[in-house]
Amino acid sequence: MTGTGVLGAATIAIVVCMGLSLIRSIAGPTVFDRILAVNSFGTKTVLLIALIGYLSGRPDFLDLALVYALMNFVGTVAAMKFTRFGDLAGVEDDDSEEIF
Amino acid sequence: MAHPVEVLSWICILVGSLFVIIGGIGLLRLPDFYTRIHAAGITDTLGAWLILLGLMLHEGFTLNAAKLATLLFFLLATSPLGSHALAKAAFLRGLDPLQGRELADRHEVDDSE
Amino acid sequence: MKHSVALFTLLMAVWLLNSGHYTPLIIGFGVASCLFVVWLARRMEIVDDEALPIHLLARLPRYLPWLALEVVKSNLDVARRILTPGRPDVSPRLFDAPTTQHTDLGRVLYANSITLTPGTVSIRVHGAAITVHAIAEDVADSLLEGGMDRRVSRLEGEPR
Repeated sequence: MTGTGVLGAATIAIVVCMGLSLIRSIAGPTVFDRILAVNSFGTKTVLLIALIGYLSGRPDFLDLALVYALMNFVGTVAAMKFTRFGDLAGVEDDDSEEIF
Repeated sequence: MAHPVEVLSWICILVGSLFVIIGGIGLLRLPDFYTRIHAAGITDTLGAWLILLGLMLHEGFTLNAAKLATLLFFLLATSPLGSHALAKAAFLRGLDPLQGRELADRHEVDDSE
Repeated sequence: MKHSVALFTLLMAVWLLNSGHYTPLIIGFGVASCLFVVWLARRMEIVDDEALPIHLLARLPRYLPWLALEVVKSNLDVARRILTPGRPDVSPRLFDAPTTQHTDLGRVLYANSITLTPGTVSIRVHGAAITVHAIAEDVADSLLEGGMDRRVSRLEGEPR
């Protein structure tokens, strides 16, 4: 067992797991399941970028992973807010319609 | 023979991947949205921590290890916030959680009727 | 003032760790942008105990290892529940957990600790209670015993 083997195995494990979250994001059934699956997908992408950086001997990839981690969080909150208010600049409104 | 720290880093990465996979399985197996948040939590906490810790051990005491630590901090700060925001949005939208040990079964009965 | 200094130090540390170029010009840019951000934050009046809880720093090293251990334990527990053959071993429960913290910051720390621990997710804070969803009855019971609540209150310190 070498370091490359371990990194490769971890990469494969994460790609498989991304497939599992993709299934959940397609299967739903509620929109929140989908956002949760996409958020989880994003976390795994961050790990995947970091691992591939080391696998290909270019740890500079870590900068990309850092940016992706932040974008993933902002993206989740934006998608959640849009789902809840139907508007990114929305405010609390009890009369908003059901959307799922 | 590999250096002990290197072996430790391999173990961390492999166990971390195992937890990431368990989180993915949970995302598919658990019965409703609220329980699936807990499965995503496994991936976001122990799975991510162990993989990043393993890479830090692999890296040693360098600038890249500091970047990995920053990454770890970001995940630590953002993952509970994201889960909470999702759970609160779903709850205020009126999505009711399944409750009690038998509820998954009752749910199946509901489907068949 | 000490909060501004703390914010500047934090931002500068992030800059130095992520830049990797240590020439006078680049570090000068770093100092300038950090000072700009501190000025912006002061203008927005968010440089206070709540945004930068530096008064907690001394007690944090006692809380974080306990929390990390707690997270590892609950990870193993939830992993076992997911992998139980047949049907996942879950008995979800929604309940209100009382809090004993006396500041919003303390309650936020408690709610975030609850969410960080797999098996429990805080759904909303209303009044002095937190609505929590737990994956199983016994997970809910062990949260209601209040060990985490006590530790967060200890971290938060005496009322000032």
